[in-house]
Amino acid sequence: MKFSDLLRPTPAGLYCPPGDFYIDPVSPVDRAVITHGHGDHARSGHGAVLATRETLAIMAVRYGADFAAATETAAYGTTLTRGEVKVMLYPAGHILGSAQCALSWKGMTIVVSGDYKRRRDPTCTLFEPVPCDVFVSEATFGLPVFRHPPDAGEIQKLLKSLKQFPERSHLVGAYALGKAQRVICLLREAGYDETIYVHGALMNLNALYESFGVALGSLAPATTDTKDKFEGRIVIAPPAAIADKWSRRFADPLPAFASGWMRVRARARQRHVELPLILSDHGDWDELTNTFEELKPREVWLTHGNEEALLRWSALNGIEAKALSLVGYEDEEA
Amino acid sequence: MKAFALLLDRLSFTPARNGKLTLLRDYLRDAPDPERGWALASLTGDLSFDAAKPAMIRKVVQARLDPQLFALSYDFVGDLAETVALVWPRKPGANAEPELPEVVDALRSAARREVPQILEHWLDALDADGRWALLKLLTGGLRVGVSARLAKQALAQLGNVPAADIEELWHGQTPPYEDLFAWLAGRGEKPSADTPGRFRPVMLAQALDAPGDFEKYQAADYAAEWKWDGIRVQAVHEGGQRRLYSRTGDDIGKSFPDVLEALNFEGVLDSELLVLEKGHIESFGDLQQRLNRKTASADLMRKFPAGIRAYDLLLDGTDDLRRAPFAERRKRLEAFVAKLNDPRIDLSPLQPFADWEALTHLRAHPPQGDAQKAEGLMLKRWDSIYEAGRPKGPWFKWKRDPHLVDAVLMYAQRGHGKRSGFYSDYTFGVWRTEADGSRALTPVGKAYFGFTDEELARLDKFVRDNTIERFGPVRSVRANADFGLVLEIAFEGLQRSARHKSGVAMRFPRVHRIRWDKPAREADELSTLEKLLEKET
Repeated sequence: MKFSDLLRPTPAGLYCPPGDFYIDPVSPVDRAVITHGHGDHARSGHGAVLATRETLAIMAVRYGADFAAATETAAYGTTLTRGEVKVMLYPAGHILGSAQCALSWKGMTIVVSGDYKRRRDPTCTLFEPVPCDVFVSEATFGLPVFRHPPDAGEIQKLLKSLKQFPERSHLVGAYALGKAQRVICLLREAGYDETIYVHGALMNLNALYESFGVALGSLAPATTDTKDKFEGRIVIAPPAAIADKWSRRFADPLPAFASGWMRVRARARQRHVELPLILSDHGDWDELTNTFEELKPREVWLTHGNEEALLRWSALNGIEAKALSLVGYEDEEA
Repeated sequence: MKAFALLLDRLSFTPARNGKLTLLRDYLRDAPDPERGWALASLTGDLSFDAAKPAMIRKVVQARLDPQLFALSYDFVGDLAETVALVWPRKPGANAEPELPEVVDALRSAARREVPQILEHWLDALDADGRWALLKLLTGGLRVGVSARLAKQALAQLGNVPAADIEELWHGQTPPYEDLFAWLAGRGEKPSADTPGRFRPVMLAQALDAPGDFEKYQAADYAAEWKWDGIRVQAVHEGGQRRLYSRTGDDIGKSFPDVLEALNFEGVLDSELLVLEKGHIESFGDLQQRLNRKTASADLMRKFPAGIRAYDLLLDGTDDLRRAPFAERRKRLEAFVAKLNDPRIDLSPLQPFADWEALTHLRAHPPQGDAQKAEGLMLKRWDSIYEAGRPKGPWFKWKRDPHLVDAVLMYAQRGHGKRSGFYSDYTFGVWRTEADGSRALTPVGKAYFGFTDEELARLDKFVRDNTIERFGPVRSVRANADFGLVLEIAFEGLQRSARHKSGVAMRFPRVHRIRWDKPAREADELSTLEKLLEKET
């Protein structure tokens, strides 16, 4: 038996022949397991979708209730059977409802981790390491330059700037699903209890997070029908909105961006960011390599991102690794 | 080191001058002595080490990290100091983070061969931001967009004192400036400004509002002279100290040893720094070859010999003339310059005029010679004392009308801060006729002011509606013979430039008018600018 008999890359995504289903397929398929709700992993138009309750709810908010012909909910840690394969979902720590998918068949186990991080996140369950023969990992921040600093320090940067520049609206670009809610939660943990203003695109997702018990505190839409120019306020919006006409309603906006890419100065400068906040929902170099060391799988497969340095690291550390170079997974807003 | 690192980080991402001022002022208020003094010195260029060369840093990091992983990282980041700061694999159990004064002390006393080991210890103790700040400090290139002028302004804000006070006493101070900070915090005496060779804050002119100001002021009360197109400098020889200061008090003597050598007098001259060849001035472009250099080679000085054209005398021997009226200072100046009898120091001659009408004629028709290259006229009241700052009434500048050219908008870039949602920086071009007779637009400059908020909104809409390509924050705008937006650009002068494809570079270009009505094909030709260039240089 080869590992590739249990799981193999195809143009539509990772396919499991003995279970006859795909994981995070990029084009419509009959049966799919979806690891988490980000648009590049969770697409509409599949036949049957298996995912956590949270992920299914996110897909319904994004695509409408009829995003798939049929759905099935899997809780973390319960075993389901697909053909000859046992399927279990485990927390991935990436965003609300994100899951790793473990496949067991004929004595071998492959874990497809989806996107993941190892640090604590108040909006989702902590990543759970699962012993396996093959660990399928993302490589978004697979370069040693990416070591995300502690979240609390980044939030303090924002709060300090707010004190230093009380006349400016602090516009925080944050991916609408996951990052935005995490930034809000981290601000609340830091003791910031003022109203936080949000772009319209975030409203539904914020409500969804709250319905799953993630408390976000006082939020209000950043609308133009008031005289308020949002001086000294925190406004959270999708990154694209900050560079757009939308941002004109604010008093001397101070553009911030919450992303792991902000670790590299040229990236921040390209986007005209004045306050880069290094907050990522993807594991950094240490999280990725520590996970490989902790799990000691027989093979590591890298799906998408910066694979080259991780392949080199694996070679130096005696771990067999290969790049699957899957296409269709974007990481620009990570 | 944490607070200093954070300051550098924020400064490097904050484009607006006021934002930088706030960051600096707050840091200087909150940081302890002597850290803030060393930080200030490093920002104003009064403290630099050059202790670490890139090759040494590379060696240190490659002993820690696999060279291939380092190469991949460097390739991605593109800046050596930043790459090392980010990839540095810390050894666990490192020492406490070094504070800035500790770093300064150690670097001042360490032998060069000891630096790599010290550096390694510090890199282990610091976080990524701290490592970045340290490496920038060590390699002597902070480059976070803080001028000495800005730093002095932050000090003035901190102590709520006039910036001229800081400028005047600055050159008597040495890092870490503890007396200065004590005074600014109200805890000590004002440090003495009485240092030989110090900078005296300069007097500046208001722009003349003609013809309105002609009603208010009498022609007979003023002296006129040409406004030379060089760099305003204060030339000092006092108590054995020779200095050449820019108008903001930066010491630029290092770039001009030939001028320093000519300061064979006791006193302080207010003057224009120019490239002077046999008593005649060369173009501003020539002077630029001499600016911002650490040293000047003999060849450079021969090719572009610098000199000064004096127009005021602040100190004659030990006589402080600043309280004397301009008429008296002028008499003393003429005698002073005549006695020097040095071709590198000449006198800016006064231009007699009967009335405002005659002066208007003179400005419009400068006589042959150096006057043709002047930026305009200066007016100084005969009875005015020399006072720091920009008082209204005693001195006026009356610039020549700007050159105008009709150009076509080619690219637009998003602005910063208030303009971050607008395409507000415009690259414009003029027509060039190619060898085969076809005409194509070639970019000749970039302008980002000169328009109202309403005009900006219309320009932005035009850019968005007519974008043909995007590159990051830049959009390429539809511009051809049949379609395009003509901008009437005003500019002060033109220089040859090897860096620009068009071969010309404009000084101080701004949008003068937006010609919504003018067809793009009727915009100006590059040959028009080339003719002007021949006249200017």
